[in-house]
Amino acid sequence: MTRGRLLFAALVIVGALVPVFASEFAVTLANYIGLYSIVALGLVLLTGVGGLTSFGQAAFVGLGAYTTAYLTTALGWSPWLTLLAGLAITGAVALVLGLLTLRLSGHYLPLGTIAWGISLYYLFGNLDWLGGQTGLTGIPAITFFGRTLDTGREFFYAIWLVVLVALVSIQNLLDSRPGRAIRSLRGGGVMAESFGVNTANMKIVIFLYAALLASISGWLYAHLLRFVNPTPFSINLGIEYLFMVVMGGAGYVWGAIIGATLLTLLKEWLQDWLPKLVGQAGEFETIVLGVLLVLLLQRARTGIMPFLARFLPVDIRPKTPAEPSDLPQRQRPQRGELLLDVRAARKTFGGLVAVNDVSFQLHAGEILGLIGPNGAGKSTTFNLVTAVLELSGGEILFRGERIDRLPSRQIIRRGIARTFQHVHLRPNMTVLENVAIGAHLRGHRGVLAALVHLERAEEHRLLAEAKAQLERVGLGAHLHDLAGNLALGQQRILEIARALAADPVVLLLDEPAAGLRYREKQALADLLRKLKGEGMSVLLVEHDMDFVMNLVDRLVVMDFGEKIAEGLPREIQENPVVLEAYLGGVE
Amino acid sequence: MNLDIALLLGQDGLTNGAIYALLALALVLVFAVTRVIFVPQGEFVAYGALTLASLQLGKVPGTAWLLLGAGVVVAIVDTTVALRERRSRRLPAILGWNLVLPLVLFAASWWLAPRQPPLWVQTLLALALVIPLGPMVYRLAFQPLANASVLVLLIVSVAVHFAMLGLGLVFFGAEGSRTPAFTDARFQAGTMTVSGQSLFVIGASALLIVALYLFFEKTLYGKALRATAVNRLGARLVGISTTLAGKLTFTVAAAIGAASGILVAPITTIYYDSGFLVGLKGFVGAIIGGLVSYPLAAAGAVLVGMLESFSSFYASAFKEVIVFTLIIPVLLWRSLRSHHLEEEEDE
Amino acid sequence: MHTRLLAAAAILAALGAAVPVHAQIKVGVTVSATGPAASLGIPERNTFAFMPTTIAGQQVQYIVLDDASDTTRARQNTEKFVNEDKVDVIIGSTTTPNSLAMIEVAARSRTPMISMAASARIVEPMDDVRRWVFKTPQSDALMASAITQHMSDNGVKTLAYIGFNDAYGEGWAGEINKFGELRKIKIVGSERFNRTDTSVTGQILKILATNPDAVLIGASGTPAALPQATLVERGYKGRIYQTHGVANADFLRVGGKNVEGTLLPAGPILVAEQLPESNPSRKVALEYKKLYEAKHGPGSLSTFGGHAWDTVLILQAAAPEALKKAKPGTPEFRAALRDAIEGIRDLRATHGVFNMSPQDHNGLDQRARVMVRIDKGQWKLAQ
Repeated sequence: MTRGRLLFAALVIVGALVPVFASEFAVTLANYIGLYSIVALGLVLLTGVGGLTSFGQAAFVGLGAYTTAYLTTALGWSPWLTLLAGLAITGAVALVLGLLTLRLSGHYLPLGTIAWGISLYYLFGNLDWLGGQTGLTGIPAITFFGRTLDTGREFFYAIWLVVLVALVSIQNLLDSRPGRAIRSLRGGGVMAESFGVNTANMKIVIFLYAALLASISGWLYAHLLRFVNPTPFSINLGIEYLFMVVMGGAGYVWGAIIGATLLTLLKEWLQDWLPKLVGQAGEFETIVLGVLLVLLLQRARTGIMPFLARFLPVDIRPKTPAEPSDLPQRQRPQRGELLLDVRAARKTFGGLVAVNDVSFQLHAGEILGLIGPNGAGKSTTFNLVTAVLELSGGEILFRGERIDRLPSRQIIRRGIARTFQHVHLRPNMTVLENVAIGAHLRGHRGVLAALVHLERAEEHRLLAEAKAQLERVGLGAHLHDLAGNLALGQQRILEIARALAADPVVLLLDEPAAGLRYREKQALADLLRKLKGEGMSVLLVEHDMDFVMNLVDRLVVMDFGEKIAEGLPREIQENPVVLEAYLGGVE
Repeated sequence: MNLDIALLLGQDGLTNGAIYALLALALVLVFAVTRVIFVPQGEFVAYGALTLASLQLGKVPGTAWLLLGAGVVVAIVDTTVALRERRSRRLPAILGWNLVLPLVLFAASWWLAPRQPPLWVQTLLALALVIPLGPMVYRLAFQPLANASVLVLLIVSVAVHFAMLGLGLVFFGAEGSRTPAFTDARFQAGTMTVSGQSLFVIGASALLIVALYLFFEKTLYGKALRATAVNRLGARLVGISTTLAGKLTFTVAAAIGAASGILVAPITTIYYDSGFLVGLKGFVGAIIGGLVSYPLAAAGAVLVGMLESFSSFYASAFKEVIVFTLIIPVLLWRSLRSHHLEEEEDE
Repeated sequence: MHTRLLAAAAILAALGAAVPVHAQIKVGVTVSATGPAASLGIPERNTFAFMPTTIAGQQVQYIVLDDASDTTRARQNTEKFVNEDKVDVIIGSTTTPNSLAMIEVAARSRTPMISMAASARIVEPMDDVRRWVFKTPQSDALMASAITQHMSDNGVKTLAYIGFNDAYGEGWAGEINKFGELRKIKIVGSERFNRTDTSVTGQILKILATNPDAVLIGASGTPAALPQATLVERGYKGRIYQTHGVANADFLRVGGKNVEGTLLPAGPILVAEQLPESNPSRKVALEYKKLYEAKHGPGSLSTFGGHAWDTVLILQAAAPEALKKAKPGTPEFRAALRDAIEGIRDLRATHGVFNMSPQDHNGLDQRARVMVRIDKGQWKLAQ
């Protein structure tokens, strides 16, 4: 039992005793906090981790609440059936809304969520059979094996059991292969896609999960209050849920519960004390709440959790996978086989021809360097090969198959792995976890297994693979460091380890030596030579002549979008056209 | 639905849309320069309208008190910082803007309000009382968070909105107000009656848009704001202070908000909480413009106004549902058109 | 160290409950002093500030909380009242949905509750839960009946309705449909608008297209002026009726010339000085008006404050009965209070005369409404 687990168990026990010892009203407050926490937990997953800001969770709570309200009062269904019905309806609506709005990039998304949040709210209020604005009364209580849950104390257990399950499931999810994929969604997901993560699917998954949690909260709400009307599902509540998440700490699962508790208690406290100071209840509470929130965020913009985390017992080093990596490996191509065949690749941006009919080939077991002065079009060519940009003309083939129309997810499948010019790491994940993202496609267990941690065997194999690659590149001593804490040189090597974890046939490196110090460059060159010795093929875009000359087998030189020379390093160094391109003509 | 009705609805939609367009511009501006999604923009509209209404009734508007209070707080905060950084040369400017100006305005409203000066004087006074609140809000709420993520800035923005809402209730009460029209003229265009006030609103909006355009294209400060919007670090490197840009932006936004409020107050009743929904519709327009393009934002806002007008004819109970549901496909279309790379945000 | 503790204790004592703990009646009040219903809730809250502090020789403590027009908050406040503060009676809330969220708690804790909200659903149909719930405002049916009577007496055959998109507007829409059938008036249109809408042109144009003999506006407070102003601007020449929700001075201020001549039903308190001496509500209403306007200025009276005042009149009438049977703070007292309230007969209040019964927990009759016309910017009792 680690210390973290002990603390968790202690909290659960204390929590279970709350209804026994606390006052009735305290239990009532705890119930509301629990209801909000359930929604906030989903929001942490969606917004805090996934980076998708949603103001519309309150509408999903409303869907769950209204489904059960209507079905129990008008049709006399049992609440357990209506729970399933609510989940089904909410899931269906969430799927449709998700497919529509999750495509919205950047700032369109929050507005999209506001839009349907408001739509659903007014819909609830204007349908007569849903009670309209006045609402539906007389919702029956939930019965559980003969016991009717109609007191606050009994409901407490129902609510907090759901909170517990949601909390544990989300923690499980985040600590797994799909979890790493979710954690890579932020910042455009380019890196995630390039290692095979279907970011669109992942977004729908977390959106659905958040919506389903909200629906359960709505079901519980309806049977607690025995009354529903539209106001608890308005955009104001949607905003408050987001408040809770940000206050508590957006990226932290426990932040949801802390935020919910803090906001609820703050409002209670203001309601109790402020009228005594001011003389009347009302407006001043809103004002002070707003001001306090601003001050809080100014002092702690990442929320309360990071402060609390300092006082919590830090777990001893997480377990390093002990087993060797035994994931199946790709068949290596024959030495000298034609791997990458770029035929007359062309890219135009409007009138500008950035890449002008460039052709070259990469064979198995060789390191090919693509060099040229600034603005030559090397990076553009690189982006064409990695399918970040679309070709305007020509073809790119890999082992005989055209790859220029494929999305990044398909490119990695064929064994082409890449690094990035500006390092694309998850700075708050460990080195080991970052590399494990590279092995994403070598695992298969999905979200459902991850929620209940039934995929531990595969997870250990993936982590073992990551460890093996890290040792191969020489970062074996840094497995559990946060990736953001490494030096730039080490981060670049980490990216290579991540690419290796995908078991590639070809490595595409985009200016790997940029910004490195001399020693770091030497280490990188040594690594690449070692990899070549083990049969890896490398295409390398670079600026640094010294670095490249002693490393590559062949060079391709570009200038002004055209290939101006190709050959062995010695030949290139003496090529007058190249010299002119780099050093300028002699007038 | 015949042509007459369609024209009337169109006129109504255009008038409302003009106001939403102004707000959309302000929102795009604030976002571009400071990355703040300025939810309280609507509150400035309400404050502008209700301040004018108070003056109309011969009362000293609560805004004068708010200005004074906020000014004192800013003065204290800025003075503390200036003293700590040993830059006491800034004190006269700090005290001037934050204590002297509010006091002067307060005294002016105290003296002028009961005398019921002509409408244009009251309008100027209302503007003068509301506009300085903009940079003060920036200083107190957003300046310390200049580097925070967009989400945190948004949440702070909402918190400021709640605070201003509460203050609005304290100062203006729960009941609404209208102000007299600037012009009671009516024109006949064929079979349709066009109210002079509508023309005034549309005309004033258009004028403001042109003025903004000139400001950004021709003046140095305008260009400085555009520079900051494009690249904050680069702008700093050439000497444009982020703080100055922020305060200037919020001043312009407050001015647009107050002006919108004064324009719309004669046409409709404004309440202390009218601002949110009006601001939201402006926000929709801004988003349609991708939070970067002014003409598209204005067009989007007018679209919202039209949608609202026509759906309140066809199905008034479901007006909100229609407007906000129809927005989604528009957003989809806009989003697919603009492939932009996300900012890499620090966690 | 000790002095600090003492000082802290002193401050807490000063800030905290200042009323000594002996036999006292505790009243828990939840009002919507902020949010969309603020224009109704603020006068109610203001009224509780000068409520009598002794009833039948007992000290009375009022705990007033704001629920921000939010149902969950109203519910939470009520739970606090019955569990933490152990109140003897709950008063509130301002709006119908809030009140409906509260009745369950009142019934479960066996605490009498007096609501200040409009809908008859709060007290009907009588069942085990509503046994514990009473309300002071006239039901919309009472008002709708008077208004539709006036319409049919004046030859109105077609009526269009435009109301709030909330419980109040919805309630009135239902009543209009019911009474329209009864009085053979055809409802030719039913539109909705929101409090903060900047224009209702669309809705008004639709109404005008049907050319009704009369239009009824179902809104409360100043927002009700917007449809009327738009109708007048568009040249509507038929009759315009308002509901009792507009009965405050701000409506007159915002409505101005546009609302001249409007007819509406209202509680007697609105035109208290014009009531004949024999009117049972006159004296009570004038007393209340004097108290309210002393604090808030002449002309600040709002009929909604009257609903709040009536709740305490009810308490004052019922408490002596209940005190005979039990002490405050006990379940027996609460039950006795409930019985006593139910047994109230002929209680003169600002909004009429209350005659409660086991089936009728509203208790008002024809005397709870008068027809009022807006004449030269003033409320005038219409005959």
